Amino acid sequence: MKQGKVYDSFQEATADIQDGATLVVGGFGLCGIPEKAIEAIQESGVKDLTVVSNNCGVDDFGLGLLLQTKQIKKMVSSYVGENKNFERQYLSGEIEVDLVPQGTLAERLRAGGAGIPGFYTPTGVGTPVAQGKEHKEFDGKMFILEEGIKGDFALVKAWKADKMGNLVFRKTSRNFNPVVATAGKITIAEVEELVEVGELDPNEIHTPGVYVQRVLVASDYEKRIERLTVREA
Amino acid sequence: MATTRELIIKRALQEVEDGMYVNLGIGMPTLIANEIPDDITVMLQSENGLLGIGPYPLAGEADPDEINAGKETVTSVKGASYFDSAESFAMIRGGHIDLAILGGMEVSEDGDLANWMIPGKMVKGMGGAMDLVNGAKRVVIIMEHVNKHGESKVKRACTLPLTGGKVVDRLITDKAVFDFTPDGMVLVETVGEATIEEVRELTEANFTVSKQLETTVGE
Repeated sequence: MKQGKVYDSFQEATADIQDGATLVVGGFGLCGIPEKAIEAIQESGVKDLTVVSNNCGVDDFGLGLLLQTKQIKKMVSSYVGENKNFERQYLSGEIEVDLVPQGTLAERLRAGGAGIPGFYTPTGVGTPVAQGKEHKEFDGKMFILEEGIKGDFALVKAWKADKMGNLVFRKTSRNFNPVVATAGKITIAEVEELVEVGELDPNEIHTPGVYVQRVLVASDYEKRIERLTVREA
Repeated sequence: MATTRELIIKRALQEVEDGMYVNLGIGMPTLIANEIPDDITVMLQSENGLLGIGPYPLAGEADPDEINAGKETVTSVKGASYFDSAESFAMIRGGHIDLAILGGMEVSEDGDLANWMIPGKMVKGMGGAMDLVNGAKRVVIIMEHVNKHGESKVKRACTLPLTGGKVVDRLITDKAVFDFTPDGMVLVETVGEATIEEVRELTEANFTVSKQLETTVGE
């Protein structure tokens, strides 16, 4: 059942994701990843997905779950080094990978969401990243053309939302989430706390609800820590 | 005697000045953070969206929502801010970060840097390194002078695919400090017990010796 933008089932909220869809997914490492939407997509079994996400989870958590079930055809990422399944599938040619510098990836998503088809950046000039791309000089310095990215669906994890889909993020779990939220034709946001419209301070909203089509609340987030580092008291 | 790492970190620390906004790369550069003296104010940037990285949390206080670019749990200092990835790289690419200190696999005499892939090995990705070397106001690379086979990592030309071309301002190794200037690569300091002669033997790249260093040490 859904009421306005609010869904109560991840299965329902992800039901129209078809084989071959492009998903733009928030998160950095395992921080701020849309755990519940990923699990629902694994259950749904859709395949041949193109997934745009800074990283690809670990073997048994996050986007790594979709690698286990071989649902991903292509990954667009800046760093994929934490995942053995990924390595295996990449080396055997089962999965395609497009490595994109992190800042270029963020800006491509921002541009995609902002109606900007392309932009010039100095990042990657003189490296394998620049191969086949248009080069242009501005003020004596070389730049390459990079294109905006849009997704059929955006999967976002936020801290809080109201029922209109206004989002607030917490600490560094914000990362790619606000940019992917803008880049999805349909943006599915999952949150830890859902409040009534009017309860969030408009001054403190990070992502306005206009970008968000579906909102879900979940309670039992695992929030797995990738590298626990502590200091002595 | 100090280890190579200790020598490099000790020298790299001198690059960090009061009032700077600094990005420290993953690995050896991260270790510099622990050495920054308390009497200067430095804001450390983490490209996943934090300006003002604090120390690691106390045991039991780690917050999964607060990590650095190496995916380690961290804390934040007073005056810190959080932001999204596009904003983070706007601040990097837009030249607002005073200093980036990154690790290297090879540096060439032209100031080219290679630090992200070895052909034939599994490519993990460049992360934010290509943006940092093109965006930060000053790029300092720290690495060991030679590899485990004793071969110079300071090259005439990089043999590995580049992270950026002509992007390095200063290279600090366990033997030497080089600057990259319009007149080429210049040896400005020797590190630890190293002599200019030893630096010459261990360096494949062509370089000149700064007037100041020549006068201080002689040859």
